[in-house]
Amino acid sequence: MSYRNDPYDPKQAALLDPSSLEGAVAEAEKAFAAAADLDALAALKPAHLGDRSPVSLARREIGSLPPAAKSDAGKRVNIARQAVQGAYDARLAELTADRAARVLVEERVDVTLPWTRRPRGARHPLTTLMEHMGDIFVGMGYDIIDGPQLELEWANFDALNIGPDNPVRGASDTFFVDLPGLVMRTHTSPGQVRTMLDRQPPIYVVSPGRVYRTDELDATHSPVFHQIEGLVIDEGITMAHLRGTLDHLARSLFGPDARTRWRPHYFPFTEPSAEFDVWFAEHRDGPRWVEWGGCGMVNPRVLTACGIDPDRYSGFAFGMGVERTLMFRNGVSDMHDMVEGDVRFTTNFGMES
Amino acid sequence: MKTSLSWLREYVELPAGVTASELDTALTELGMEVEGIVDQAATVTGDLVVGRVLTIEELTGFKKPIRFCTVDVGNEKPQEIVCGARNFAEGDLVVVILPGGELPGGFKIGARKTYGRNSHGMICSAAELGLSGDHDGIIVLTPSDATVPGVDARPVVGLDEVLIEVEITPDRGYEMSVRGIARELAGYFGVPFTDPGLGAAASGGESPYDVEIQDIVGCDRFAARVVRGIDPSATSPAWMQRRLIAAGIRAISLPVDITNYLMLELGQPMHVFDVDRLNGGLVVRRARAGEKLTTLDGVARVLDAEDMVICDETGPISLAAVMGGQTSEWQEGTVDVLLEAAHWDAVMVGRTARRHKLFSEAAKRWERGVDPQLALVALERAVEILTTHAGGTVDPGVLDIDNVVPPTPITLPAALPTEITGVVYPVTRVIELLNQVGAEVTGEETLTVVPPSWRPDLLAPIDLVEEVARLGGYNDIPSKLPRARSSSGLTPAQKRRRSVGRALAENGYVEVLSYPFAAAGSADALGLPADDARRNAVRLSNPLSEEEPQLRTSLLATLLGTLKRNLGRGHRDVALYEVGTVFQPGPAAAAPPLLGVDRRPTDEEWAAANAVVPAQPWHLAAVLAGDAEPAGWWGAGRPATWADAIEAARITLAAAGVPANTVGVRAAENAPWHPGRCAAITVDGTVVGHAGELHPAVLAAFDLPKRTSAVELDLDALPDAPVVYAPTISTFPPALLDVALILDTTVPAGEVQAALAEGAGPLLESVALFDVYESAQVGEGKRSLAYKLTFRAPDRTLTSEETIAARDAAVAVTASRFGATLRGA
Repeated sequence: MSYRNDPYDPKQAALLDPSSLEGAVAEAEKAFAAAADLDALAALKPAHLGDRSPVSLARREIGSLPPAAKSDAGKRVNIARQAVQGAYDARLAELTADRAARVLVEERVDVTLPWTRRPRGARHPLTTLMEHMGDIFVGMGYDIIDGPQLELEWANFDALNIGPDNPVRGASDTFFVDLPGLVMRTHTSPGQVRTMLDRQPPIYVVSPGRVYRTDELDATHSPVFHQIEGLVIDEGITMAHLRGTLDHLARSLFGPDARTRWRPHYFPFTEPSAEFDVWFAEHRDGPRWVEWGGCGMVNPRVLTACGIDPDRYSGFAFGMGVERTLMFRNGVSDMHDMVEGDVRFTTNFGMES
Repeated sequence: MKTSLSWLREYVELPAGVTASELDTALTELGMEVEGIVDQAATVTGDLVVGRVLTIEELTGFKKPIRFCTVDVGNEKPQEIVCGARNFAEGDLVVVILPGGELPGGFKIGARKTYGRNSHGMICSAAELGLSGDHDGIIVLTPSDATVPGVDARPVVGLDEVLIEVEITPDRGYEMSVRGIARELAGYFGVPFTDPGLGAAASGGESPYDVEIQDIVGCDRFAARVVRGIDPSATSPAWMQRRLIAAGIRAISLPVDITNYLMLELGQPMHVFDVDRLNGGLVVRRARAGEKLTTLDGVARVLDAEDMVICDETGPISLAAVMGGQTSEWQEGTVDVLLEAAHWDAVMVGRTARRHKLFSEAAKRWERGVDPQLALVALERAVEILTTHAGGTVDPGVLDIDNVVPPTPITLPAALPTEITGVVYPVTRVIELLNQVGAEVTGEETLTVVPPSWRPDLLAPIDLVEEVARLGGYNDIPSKLPRARSSSGLTPAQKRRRSVGRALAENGYVEVLSYPFAAAGSADALGLPADDARRNAVRLSNPLSEEEPQLRTSLLATLLGTLKRNLGRGHRDVALYEVGTVFQPGPAAAAPPLLGVDRRPTDEEWAAANAVVPAQPWHLAAVLAGDAEPAGWWGAGRPATWADAIEAARITLAAAGVPANTVGVRAAENAPWHPGRCAAITVDGTVVGHAGELHPAVLAAFDLPKRTSAVELDLDALPDAPVVYAPTISTFPPALLDVALILDTTVPAGEVQAALAEGAGPLLESVALFDVYESAQVGEGKRSLAYKLTFRAPDRTLTSEETIAARDAAVAVTASRFGATLRGA
């Protein structure tokens, strides 16, 4: 069917009538608005925007108009067409958004359901605390050294000015073995001896690790425990450097208010010697001074036994128990918890203490 | 060392109002560890008064005898008090606490009705007052001017003391005395000190007794005086007894108490002999090995050639410096006494005390060092107190065999204290502080310091520096960081231990730190063959438990015990790991060379010494029991298996930086694993450990659940992580092809995969096993292994011909090597 050559027939141009066009637009808007979902909207589309829709048919009628009327009619049809298309697009957007929102609602889950399918492990807080302390010293330019736990008696005692008559060398303090000249190291200090024999000053090292004493396991003692020990040998080293180093360690571990307090003491391997306390503001039982460790200037006798010229070099050494540090820092009340290996204790600390 | 403030005040003019906390600080800053400072007056509050018992009425009908008393406490009306003790009579003077008072331990006293009577207060025992403990019954006072009913009873019973207990470090023998502590406090507070050790003392004259010293190294001074005809019934004065008790020493008899008292006051241990029980002259010498002596404690001791003894004609009568013998000691009825004050070698006494396990108060002092110049002063004081209280006649002569070597002067550069402490000490201050110690100092830039006789510990310049630093005050030392030095950071081995621990923890394993002590039977429990190197273990000579005398040669020996403990506590699904050392003794136990301390050992000596130290490599072990993945609302759990243990090995090696293509896993038979479920883990072909399911017999021996699996690797056997080169990342698309191969079930999948990779050539990007299938269709003794092969070229899109050719090459290798056929082909 072709209208192109049709002679002008006003009746055939009825669809171009403004009121007809307005009616078609209104009809379409009403129908689209009534579409409940995207499928209904899609079903309505041919009737209002398809080839046989009123606005499409109206456009065809333009050809039948006299040339003078074509332009005006064309504008009217375009406006109507745009209005219908706009109504369709608006409704489409609405319904699309509705559907997306509905999908999100339908996909709702209970996010509180547990998903503990991959059990978490944990590192022992003594390990992580030792690493933490070691890292503080690496940051200060120290190396971390390891040494044997089954150690030469000479390195554990004699070289450290602990003479053969010192009572700590008895079987009531020290574990001996069925090999002559060897003991389970009673402190990490033989690491100092090994370092001085292996290296030339300047020496800046810390030595963390396991040590052994013949104490029965109770709430505050263990026959196997850990120490971390520091040694510095250099020219011009003074007790002030020792204090600065301990204060820095204290602040790094116990917060900006931490500081150390010294008490004169006796150790064969250092002179002068001191025990030191640390001010710990976040102690579980309130801020307080806590006994922490021992320190001093390396005894010239130790330097001599290790081949370092005591007239040229001086140095300091210090050490503290890692268990003790963990106990007061993290409020551990019983040594058993640290040695028994109950997963509940360790898991509590996760990957870092 | 226990003493009292009033005793100290006799020699140091402490400020009148000095508080316990000031004393605590002073003693602490002087280097004594304060065990306690107790103001006894404050331990009993309210009215504690002297009372006189007026009447006693025995109450009957109760479970125990009870007395109803009336007591004159200085008021108009007598006090009515019910009392359970029976060791007093009407007219006795007693100590009464009145209602409103409080006894040590927070025991409040009120008026109350008890045993049917009203009781207004309490008659006190020494124990109740917190005085010494073991007295039976209440205190009955000796009548005196001070014991008037109603007066404060505290001074009467000695409850007006401030008791001080300090621990003395082993280098400071002089502080084991009132004299030493008073000297230190005088310096600290800057107040006058009267040295009781410098009093006048008689000397010379004809020796009152025949004594010969045969070993002047062991005994460099021996002094004695004799007092005859003392009253054997004389007892120690109350003040002396109180001070002894406060010091924790039992009062025994006047002569013995005097020696103990002077030991506490001066630091000079002494001994009292009964002259009438001595047989002939005394000889001081080393004991002969095997000689016997029964000491005062009734123990018959076999002596060592290093022990010093005092002998008379009958042989040893005293273990010198440590404990007297039974035959010569003062005893009840002794009227003629020989008082001995000697000076013994500190090292000898220490060894003798340890050898005979006799840690007497005297031995403690000798071992730390006693002032050799105290002997005559101590004897003078002893004689004076003894004759004052027991009469007697003092022999005019004083025996004094003196071989004491005077202290060696020490040369001290005046700047050394400043150089060591970091605190500026002008030379005048250095001299002042050393004088405070008691040293004589001469010189200016270089000081010559003569230590006092009571400081045998001062031998080297550094000893003097310590005294300057200590008395100058440790807490004045500034806080200063040394210049930073260069660190190369953690060693590869240290980094590796950290990475391995972190990786396992992130994969569900919990770290434990087991004691390395293993039971002697653990090698059997682990099923180790007779020739297994792990059976060769170091044994502790003095283990805490005879059950666990060995040092572990395998981490599993102790880790399995920790696993069992966790299971015993109700944990069902447990995965543990440990990074620790094992101890591997060498074939022969040679002694290390003797190394001195006067010089560095030579490199050869040091190497020889280290050669006898057993290897102590770091191992990693992990164990799993129960579910590796728990059951939950999502479904069933997944039990832990041999495969988890092997995967733990792979995780460990990956974390240690070992390239995956150098890691091998192959079937192995090795205890303590299940022979059919054990893998040897190799790196570059070298076995570094094993993983898999544990042997059922091992699980039974350790009482662990079936299928418990474990891994143990030698971390020190791993090569250092190599430099890793970057891969070429191709942007061209991959080509994926699946192959299913039918093979004998005995062909290890790991080797098939390796063969595929080898055959496929450089175009292969990855190969993954996605299915293992056995069925009748596949055939008896056969299985199908299905692999996904991913091919990709770095520079082009692969054609299907290229891909198929590569796949066929891969399959061809498996066919020629293992007889594999393509499934469905």
